[in-house]
Amino acid sequence: MTMLLEPYRVLDATGPLGYLTGKILGDLGADVVKVEPPGGDPSRQWPPLIREGDRLPESLSWLACNVNKREIQLDLETDRGRRWFRSLAEKADIVLETFPPGRLDEWGLGYEVLRKDNPGLILVSITPFGQGGPYVDFLASDLEIMALGGVMSLTGEEGGEPMRVTVPAAPMWAGAEAAMGALTALVHRTMTGRGQRVDVSAQVAAMAAVAHAPIYWDLNRENPERSGIFMTGRTLTGARMRVMWPCQDGWINFIIYGGPAGRHTNRELVRWMAERDMAPAWLEEKDWSTFTVPKLTQEEIDKLEAPILAFMATITKRQFYERVLDRGMLGYPVATAKEIHQDPQLKERNFWQDVRVPGSERTLRFPGGFAIVNGKRLQVRVPAREPNEEVEKGERRR
Amino acid sequence: MRRRKRKPWGWGPTARIHTMMDALEGITGVEFGSFAAGPGIGKYLANFGARVIHVESAERPDGLRTHYPPFKDNKPGLNRAGAFAFWNDSKYGVTLNLKHPQGLELAHRLVEKSDFVVENMRPGVMARLGLGYDELKKRNRRLVLLSTSNMGQTGPYADHPGFGSQLSSLSGFSELIGRADGPPLFIYGPYIDLIAVAYGGIALLAALDHQRRTGEGSHIDLSQYEAGLQFVAAPLIDFAVNGNIARRNGNRDPVAVPHGCYPCRNGRWCVISCWDEEEWERFCYAAGLPALLRDAQFATASERRAHEAELNERISQRTREEDADRLMHRLQESRVHAAAVRTMRELFSDPQIAARDVWQKQRHGEMGEHHYRMGSFQLTETPGCVRKPAPCLGEHNEEIFCGWLGLEPNSYRELEKKGVFS
Repeated sequence: MTMLLEPYRVLDATGPLGYLTGKILGDLGADVVKVEPPGGDPSRQWPPLIREGDRLPESLSWLACNVNKREIQLDLETDRGRRWFRSLAEKADIVLETFPPGRLDEWGLGYEVLRKDNPGLILVSITPFGQGGPYVDFLASDLEIMALGGVMSLTGEEGGEPMRVTVPAAPMWAGAEAAMGALTALVHRTMTGRGQRVDVSAQVAAMAAVAHAPIYWDLNRENPERSGIFMTGRTLTGARMRVMWPCQDGWINFIIYGGPAGRHTNRELVRWMAERDMAPAWLEEKDWSTFTVPKLTQEEIDKLEAPILAFMATITKRQFYERVLDRGMLGYPVATAKEIHQDPQLKERNFWQDVRVPGSERTLRFPGGFAIVNGKRLQVRVPAREPNEEVEKGERRR
Repeated sequence: MRRRKRKPWGWGPTARIHTMMDALEGITGVEFGSFAAGPGIGKYLANFGARVIHVESAERPDGLRTHYPPFKDNKPGLNRAGAFAFWNDSKYGVTLNLKHPQGLELAHRLVEKSDFVVENMRPGVMARLGLGYDELKKRNRRLVLLSTSNMGQTGPYADHPGFGSQLSSLSGFSELIGRADGPPLFIYGPYIDLIAVAYGGIALLAALDHQRRTGEGSHIDLSQYEAGLQFVAAPLIDFAVNGNIARRNGNRDPVAVPHGCYPCRNGRWCVISCWDEEEWERFCYAAGLPALLRDAQFATASERRAHEAELNERISQRTREEDADRLMHRLQESRVHAAAVRTMRELFSDPQIAARDVWQKQRHGEMGEHHYRMGSFQLTETPGCVRKPAPCLGEHNEEIFCGWLGLEPNSYRELEKKGVFS
């Protein structure tokens, strides 16, 4: 079985906002040639870093999104570099770029120019706000994109400072949605032969993370806001429900649900509490068969949650995880990177891959490709710098 | 350089070549799924012209119809659910009783005529219903089946049920949100489901391209858990390599300083970040804080990091008097990273979002006129759009089973009486 994107060549001239797109296309088997400025991407120096012997520190955040690519260095500030780029674009199926809008045109590498050389070319431009509109020239990193995309307004303490995810998420949303855009155009080209330009807005990509929250405003003129460790919007009474519960060694994500799975979970939890003499009589006697959340008042919710809060404080994350797996209950521990590495489910599915660092004996344990296609886990290969001439000739190393 | 050797499938005298066709015109898919993780994928494809048929059962409709607010005017009802509408615009909606042999047969006939199937049932359920990949493939050799589930189709926990609101904790996101000295915060909605929607769409489109070129089908096993972990790959590798366990750290950043969210007038907020010394200087002048430049404790990035709480307090004192949008514009004019925090209401008035035509209106049968969201990417030659409102339960039964599949109206009525569509 060949890989899904085996025949394709991608020229990847992205910065951090678009790194993930080429990585994803590479996961699926495309030959991705990454163009870096002389001396390499500045973000190769960004933490967290791996330090090894006398080699330069290598950024793990850079590496995480730049595996499954080959690398060359081109100076697009020079005529020679631009000629190389144009010649590589002529032989590419997809070009990915994150330059400020208009920069490629200034360099004589705009879409119209590239298309003359290669009519089937798909040019994917990934920028904070897209190629037009009033914010087109705004500067934006992860923080600004998460703010203008609305995501931060939903995370943080009630009335307090809006929060981003500590690890940048906007480049991930933008990079993943850009891959979807690139492939939509690719399927179309395969059916018709026609290439086109794809314009991606990271602001709108980040809006995917707010899920259906805007619809509360659109339908009912309610404006959902952040509520710390609680969740709102599930009741018609406006009551909030607890999501994060302190336990012996950290936190547990548990939510009281209705529906068949929720009712089963609630029964199982009360049974577990009763085993430890921590279920009040009224809770043990509660009939869950018609239990449903939307009409609950805050008072009813607080009453239900109080004994559960006391119980959760007596158990560990691992005990909780094992119990929910064993009894088919809803809920998960708030896992750390370490705990994720220890999860048997991921091990069993060959999720982790030990990949060799080029020019070194060292291997790094990487999260594997994002899916299993026809029984085979998508693979991760660590990139190596290659001479421009070889890449230009089109030889492909595997 | 290797070029594609064969002509793409679909080229030739019968291929339709005109300027305004849709990107995914001629592609049909069937969804056996509910909530966000499955249907979210089909929505993207439908926006770009694929025909997507959302299959439900009338006895057990999509859970988003029945027990998730918001409902229009806060009145619950199968066709009044905003969350269902949000992930199902531009699709056809049909009902089938898959436990009835003739319902199952109709499901097979839908799949036979389709290019792809998306399902997000619990692993094993499709096979028990008689709709496993092997069964489907017997009748459609080139089918692409995307199975997306909580933890994947295999492994010891494959059967474990779950919702994205909680899987976001197992996959490390919760641990990474909140103040360094505070609790992990809830991340809104089924966050991880939506990551899996993007990866599911990607895998599905790549497999459709492969199908179009080679005539071969594929089965994709997507674990929502593993899809979510792609977004936190860097901290996962950091643990494996250095033994570091990444922790939440508010709005701080290891490179930029200041890098924070600052209070403005009327309870609004503005984020600001400075990535080098020049930007820091521009910020101080543009924000009206030149005194910070003369303060020794903020002289270098490492000094500013060492006194970040004090720095943020000094900036906040200033921003409290400002309008968030005006501050954003003034700082941006001085080439400083800055942005107003948008609330859900403001997403409908943000001029940039409006310029991209993200919110598109449709008139829904029971909810009336309301908005649907377009995704982040636009295609210049074959732009996507919201094509129609989300379907009411079973709205397109006749159109799909008679009009598209070719059932005679009489046999349709007969099947209806037998409860095949219930």
